[in-house]
Amino acid sequence: MAANQKQYVVFRIDNDEYGADINKVISIERMSTVTRVPKTPAYIKGVINLRGEVVAVLDLRTRFNIPEKEADDNTRIVIVETGNISYGIIVDSVVEVLSVDETNIESVIGFTGNANLDYISSVAKIGERLITLLNLEKLIAELVTV
Amino acid sequence: MDMSQYLNIFVEESRENLQDLNTSLLELEKDPGNISILNEIFRVAHTLKGMAGTMGYTHMQNLTHKMEDVLDALRNERIRVTADVVDVLFKCLDALESYVDTVSETGSEGEEEYADIVSFLSDILGNEGSKTQLQENKSTTETGSGLKLELNVYDKNVIEKAFEQSLNVFEIYIELDQKCLLKAARAFIIFQLLEKNSDVIKSVPPVNDIEDEKFDYYFTVVVITEKDKDFFVRELNTVSEVRKVEVTEITQKHLENIKQGSEKEAAKKSVTKEEKHEKKDAVQKPSEKKVTSKTVRVDIERLDVLMNLVSELIIIKTRLDGILSTGEREREVSQTLESLERVTTSLHDAVMKARMVPVETVFSRFPRMIRDIAKELNKDINLHMSGEETELDRTVIDEIGEPLIHIIRNSADHGIEMPEERVAKGKDRAGNIWLRAYQDGNNVVIEVDDDGAGIDIEKVKKKIVEKGLESEEIVNGLTDEEVIQCLFLPNFSTSDKITDLSGRGVGLDAVKTKIEALGGNVEMISKRGKGSRAIIRLPLTLAIIQALLVMVGNEKYAIPLNSIREIYNLNPKDIKYVRNQEVTVLRDTVIPIIRLHDVLDIEVSEDDSNKKYLTCVVVKKGEKLFGIIVDSLINQQEIVIKSIGKLLSGIRFIAGATILGDGNVALILDINSIV
Repeated sequence: MAANQKQYVVFRIDNDEYGADINKVISIERMSTVTRVPKTPAYIKGVINLRGEVVAVLDLRTRFNIPEKEADDNTRIVIVETGNISYGIIVDSVVEVLSVDETNIESVIGFTGNANLDYISSVAKIGERLITLLNLEKLIAELVTV
Repeated sequence: MDMSQYLNIFVEESRENLQDLNTSLLELEKDPGNISILNEIFRVAHTLKGMAGTMGYTHMQNLTHKMEDVLDALRNERIRVTADVVDVLFKCLDALESYVDTVSETGSEGEEEYADIVSFLSDILGNEGSKTQLQENKSTTETGSGLKLELNVYDKNVIEKAFEQSLNVFEIYIELDQKCLLKAARAFIIFQLLEKNSDVIKSVPPVNDIEDEKFDYYFTVVVITEKDKDFFVRELNTVSEVRKVEVTEITQKHLENIKQGSEKEAAKKSVTKEEKHEKKDAVQKPSEKKVTSKTVRVDIERLDVLMNLVSELIIIKTRLDGILSTGEREREVSQTLESLERVTTSLHDAVMKARMVPVETVFSRFPRMIRDIAKELNKDINLHMSGEETELDRTVIDEIGEPLIHIIRNSADHGIEMPEERVAKGKDRAGNIWLRAYQDGNNVVIEVDDDGAGIDIEKVKKKIVEKGLESEEIVNGLTDEEVIQCLFLPNFSTSDKITDLSGRGVGLDAVKTKIEALGGNVEMISKRGKGSRAIIRLPLTLAIIQALLVMVGNEKYAIPLNSIREIYNLNPKDIKYVRNQEVTVLRDTVIPIIRLHDVLDIEVSEDDSNKKYLTCVVVKKGEKLFGIIVDSLINQQEIVIKSIGKLLSGIRFIAGATILGDGNVALILDINSIV
């Protein structure tokens, strides 16, 4: 891997591709029973039992205001960790691990005036593909207090 | 040589030693003559010096070396232990602590030399000089860095002018032989000598009294001269019938001490000295020799791993229980299962005990904190601690420190009044804060009690209205306890100014959140004029509890068994309304009814009208009872409390999660926040 390349785990929701910094991805798990937790934002689906640990999971569809879908055999939970906090992201499927050259990454600040989209840190352009790179800290920023 | 592997050990042992030093210094302050404390402090400084030397931390080594010199002089009584000396030693302690912190963060001790502290230490040592020249005298009064005479502002001006002209200023204490017959004559000779070689600017008793022989057999003078110390010592000692001569150089430092509220300080010092003497007479605590028990240092992570394994074992045992009870149970299987249960419970207890730490580790830093706060606020505060041996789980100990600090600071800052105010109210001049820890059933209770001004309910009410949190009518309808509860709301503070200590309004809310995240709760009681008390309750055993599993909608929830008083079938017709709140009557007590469907945002499948009875779980919070409506009961079982994760730990009503036998997660309800 050349010096200016960053690696991302690429996954899909509907027809859109998203990427998460591989350094922050802990594991990719199959879908399991999610226990709902009351009094949480809608995009927090609940918690799962991850080999004895209780981990919160987030539904990206709800987070991005995309209509929900039933889980199928391809649904995966991507477990990530940022700043000491672990959580899972429910995705339709995981595509691949991709090395992206930094020159192909463009920041999206200023693209839209919508501050709600600050969990998108940048976009990678590989040929025809447009991969939205997620800011994993901002995705859960609302819940991280103190 | 690669020192990095020893860094951890160095940091840990240094911290332990510094803790010892802290405790010893506080004791020394109360009992300055105690040689064994001085020896202990010397030993600690010596150990630290050795450790710093081994690791190559020269600054630390230098500082501890100077400390050793001073301590040696102290324990050999060449210098007297005064408040200034103790202050400097505390400053050394702070410097050493920050060295260790720097080491812990960066691996090296940093560049800080603390030259000012080193020079303080040198000054203290410098003052022991003249003593050694007077061989014959075995007197108990030493010239430390303090002066015998109290200098006032006028003296100060004169002395400062002398400094400007590079002249020396000395305080000379002269003691005549008690058998001396003509004291006045002898004194006259001495004064002649003094006046030939210096200017006498002050004399106690005044010169006239000395001429009239109206003095005991000693007097003290302050002189300005070109000559040096030795000159006076020599010359004065040649005068016959002079028993003792003490010459102390007055420096700029002595003058600085005058600036800081001299008379008040002197008065305070003499008052506290009297108190100390009384205390000493009343309670002679023998200096206890530290009993060192055999210990092994264990990495916390290893204990955590052990804890997790034991928890898994219990989950598996529960599953086994479930599997075997569905089929036919043979007697042998039952017995084996019961043995397994006994062993796992014992194992769990043993591991929990390994993680239990006495609260003393948290309490130990408070005396120093109170001392510093009291000084900063110019208040007089006594801290009384009890129950330090009460034990808490390690994780709780780590987290409880900050909330406690905040509560104690509140007591000191807002609660305890200024000394004059207290005296005017007829209270003791010194405020008191009691810090108690004790076990109560399955909980550990920590109380912070003060005899200060209490919470000003009216002021709080005004602030609530001011901040727009509630309207005036509602506020006036609140009981006193409810008003106090409002203090725990975010961003609440009645302080008009924000001090370094408190007033930012963030504190009590953060305190409450933290304590509740630990599974505990906090309560404030206050009486205007009498004082306030904060009561913190924390669960003893964190990880494994008995719980009742219930069904609400189609979700399973666990209710900790020790909150439950009873369960019964409640006839829907027995539910009445009081002020919009559902209640029922249980054996002559009116208890509020809470429907979990509402609390947990669960849809109700059918309303009450079709039901003959509702399942009501009666829980207790403090002294009050509440009835919680659930759909049905599942069973009672031992559950392992798992943290719900950092992300969701602040969620209301949920105390944690547990993994059931079927592998799914069930949430544990936090009864205290629901009722």
